[in-house]
Formats: sequence, structure tokens, C-alpha cells
Amino acid sequence: MSGQVYPKDTQTLPGLQLEKVDDRIMTLNVGPQHPGSGHMRIILKVDGDYIVHCDPDPGYVHRGEEKMAEYRNYITNIPHLERPVIHDSCNILYPYCLGVEELLGLEVPERAKYLRVIAAELNRCVYTEYWLGIYGIFLGHSTMFMWPVGDRELMIDLLDKMTGARVTHAYFVPGGVRNDVPANFEDVCLRQVNYFEKRLKEYADVFYDNPILISRTKDTGVLSREDAIKLGTTGSVLRASGVDFDIRKKEPYDVYEELDFQTNVLKEGDSYARSKIPWLDMLESCNIIRNALKKMPKSGSVRVKLKPKPKGGDTEVYRRVESGRGALGMHIVSDGKPQPYRIKINVPSFRNLIAMPHLLTGEKLGNLPPVYWSLNYWPVEADR
Amino acid sequence: MSSTDSTEIAKTDDSSLVSDSDKSLSDSISKKFSNVEIAYVKPDRIRVNVKKEDIIDVASFIRDELNFDHAESVSGVDYPEDKQIEVVYHLGSYTDQSLEKKILALATRTPREDNPNPGNDSTKLPSLRDVFPSVSFHERECFEMLGVYFDGHPDNRRLLLPEDWADIPPLRKDFAIKGR
Repeated sequence: MSGQVYPKDTQTLPGLQLEKVDDRIMTLNVGPQHPGSGHMRIILKVDGDYIVHCDPDPGYVHRGEEKMAEYRNYITNIPHLERPVIHDSCNILYPYCLGVEELLGLEVPERAKYLRVIAAELNRCVYTEYWLGIYGIFLGHSTMFMWPVGDRELMIDLLDKMTGARVTHAYFVPGGVRNDVPANFEDVCLRQVNYFEKRLKEYADVFYDNPILISRTKDTGVLSREDAIKLGTTGSVLRASGVDFDIRKKEPYDVYEELDFQTNVLKEGDSYARSKIPWLDMLESCNIIRNALKKMPKSGSVRVKLKPKPKGGDTEVYRRVESGRGALGMHIVSDGKPQPYRIKINVPSFRNLIAMPHLLTGEKLGNLPPVYWSLNYWPVEADR
Repeated sequence: MSSTDSTEIAKTDDSSLVSDSDKSLSDSISKKFSNVEIAYVKPDRIRVNVKKEDIIDVASFIRDELNFDHAESVSGVDYPEDKQIEVVYHLGSYTDQSLEKKILALATRTPREDNPNPGNDSTKLPSLRDVFPSVSFHERECFEMLGVYFDGHPDNRRLLLPEDWADIPPLRKDFAIKGR
């Protein structure tokens, strides 16, 4: 198929509209090469120091994951579906596995459910530490880049022991997890998680109670509770605006119901609250991991054996989990073939994108980094 | 593998798990609108199929009377055999405690043309942006990936595809990946 199908009208393309030059308003491209924007472009119109219009232009790392998934069977979809967010790969495979299990009518072994929760929480810490490092460096705080990226190795090391890979674990499979953990894993995990938690608490002194951070992030980019709900934001953005909504609590999957943990909610809705929620979540993850290690059955199977090319029924499922950035949903449409008919990956970054023009319009240009990064936005994931 | 055991794949019948609140939600929709079809009621998942002329009325009713306050996602699904494209809105609620677990899938279909001309052919749907502002970017994605034009959407521009994209909308079934 070829030929001009879309109209060759530049008016439909972001950033390519012809406009009269204004003597006050200047158009500014932030990205896609600029390291402070991630792999995306934000087209800003500035009046002096103030942003008067903001037009996010994602798509620079679009990889057609949804299209590729239609050509592969349910098992071979595993390694490529985690690619949009490799630092949080367990959490992006989680809804896929839950959905396929629902399609195939599988019951996951008890030990595998606990291993999944542990891997998902470790992965949440890996992702959040990476994000926190970038948040720190773009606010000019290089210690807050070194520390999280260093401490992240503790969690990566544990995931390495569990899954055999530092990133892109491909650990979750429909029907359980790929392999059991090594014999002494529980002890090593407990020791490293305890040390990790001790390190996390030190972040308060150097970063969260730091007057420089507070002066840059307090009362910037305030998202009210009503707007957060109306715009359908999710995850840390939503919970920083005072909405207590965590899928792990509201729609518990696997064994989250049996574990003892809190959800973190702040009322302010500013960049400071949004940057604090993921850190509080990591501290809670440590509790979840310890709790899960205690309750996990000491032995047992970790995987249900599947037929070589399992076929889903003629139906559809929608499953969601709480990832490091918010609710991550998968809409899987099956037509009774070994391949899914359609997969829609509903990622939190894409859902939170709508908050970006809402918050940046009217903000000072200098507040772009604290507001942009506080949205916990991952361009690669948003593009899929 | 020693850690693996073999079990029979069995379909579980979950009709007994459907709660009364799920049923009352679907009943209130079918009572109010005579020409909607309740496709299924599963535990915490309801799907409602509507005609495209009715979608704004049904969506407004779901928002105002049933307290679903935001749309989570908009999935477009291509059905070339039926010559139709289906758009599914997944609606959820943050404010109503009893609805937090539930997802209401609101689906509608639009005619599909073999030689698409996105924006200028019959593949059009009314936009739900005025009912649920959160669909804004999702509908833009659906427009470029499946060629469904949303009438009333103020910003029907391209979003993710490259500027020089000149092929058919890529998530349509007749767009084939090279080598497959």
C-alpha cells in the first residue's frame, strides 16, 4: 500500500503550522534532542518569561508495539511487550499476564503470585530510583543523581538473581513466573531491602527537606483535585492531588489483598507533592517485599505448563495494575486464534500527558523542568 | 523442569461472581435507553454497545447518573470483514467508592472504507471530549492509527506518527508489517 492517504496539509502536523510572526510571542522548541525533555518535543509559546501555550509532541520513540503484538502468539509477545519501559518491565507485563490468564482460564500457583509481587515491587523501586536521579540532575542537584542511581543497583542485583537479567527481565509469563529463585534468595533479599530502606530515609535530609528543592517545586504546577479527576490522571500525579486511588488497594490482583501496606496521598497537588509520592511509595514497597517474603510459601510450583500455542476464547479482557507511574491497563481482544486480535496498552504516561499543557500554560519558563519531571512521564512508554 | 507441573486448562464460569451492583448498573442503562445492547456483564466489567448517534447521550447519562467520572483509554479495533471500525471507551470512577473496581466499556462502531481518506471519508464518530475531557489525546491517537475522525474534537491533529507518513492508518488490519 502506498500513496498519499493523509492530507498533505501541514495544518494537521504539530509544530508545522504557518503562523504570522508576532512581535511579543516567541515559539520555542524544547526537544526532541534536548536532554531535559526526554525523547519528546514540547512546543512552547513564550511571552517574556511566561509560557502562554504548550503543545506536547510525542512520538519520537514510537515502536508499534501494539501492531507487533498482533503478529505474535501469546507467549512470544512477552519479550517485546516489556520494551516500552524496560526499567519497570515486570509491571508492564503484569496486566498482560493477568489478562491472558483470564482468557485462558489459568490459576497461578501461590508461590508464583508472591514472587510476582516481590519482582513487581523491586521493579517499582528500580524505575523510581532512575526517575528520581533524572529529577535530581535536572534541578541541578547532582548528589540526587548519584545516590539513586547507585542505590538502584541493590534492587537490580536482586532482580538479576531472580530473573537472570539486570533489565528487560521477561520474568512474568501467563501462568506464573519463568523460574524459581535461588536457594538463599530470601535472606539476601531481606538484607538488601533493609539496607535500601535505610538509604532511602537519608534522601529526606539531602533532597526532600532541602530548602533549594522546596523553593523550586513548592506551589509550582498546582493540579487541583477536580482537575486531576477530570483529566483522568493516574498514579503519583493523581495521589499528589488528594485522590486516594491505588489499583493495588482498590482492585487487588494476585496477593496484594493479603499484604499489609498503606497508600500515600498528599493534598497539595504541586510539583513537590508529585515528586514526594514516588519516594514514599518506594518506602512502602520495602514493607510489601518484607511482608511478602514472610508470607510466601517456602516451596511449590511457580508455573503452570501451557500448550505450545494457547488459544484465547472469542472475547476481550481489560486488566490493570499499579505500575511505578500509575494504573497500567491492557485491553486484549481475542478471536480464538493463538495470536491476540488487538492489544491496546493503556499506559500511565500517555494518560498523564494531558496534564502537561494544563500545568505548564501560565507557568514561568524556568519552572519547566520541575513541573515536567514531576509528572513522572516516561516518553518511551507513552509512545509505545 | 522440576518446578513446573501440568494442569488442565479449564474455562471458569464466572457468571456466579457477578455482583448485584454490576447488574443494577447494566439494568439502569438498558432501562433508560431502549436501543443499547449490554454485551456482557462480568465481575466488575460491563460492556455496552451503542449506535454512534446515541453515544453522547449514553455517555452523558453514565457520567451524570452513574458517576463514572473519567475515561481511562480509547481503543480502536478494526473489523475489515464487517467493514466497520469499533472504538471502545473504558470508563472508570475515582469519586464513587462503589465503582472504583469497575470498568465500563462503552463501544460504538463506524463504517470503514477500503481506501481510507482520514478526515474526509465516512469513518467518523462524535467526539466524547466534551463529556470526558480525558479522551483528548486518546482520540487523537485513534484518529491517526485507525483513521477515525472525531467530529467536535477541537484538535484533530496527528500525534505519534512521523510527519512524512503517507500510508494508510497503521493499526488497520490491511496494513502489513514488512516480512510478515
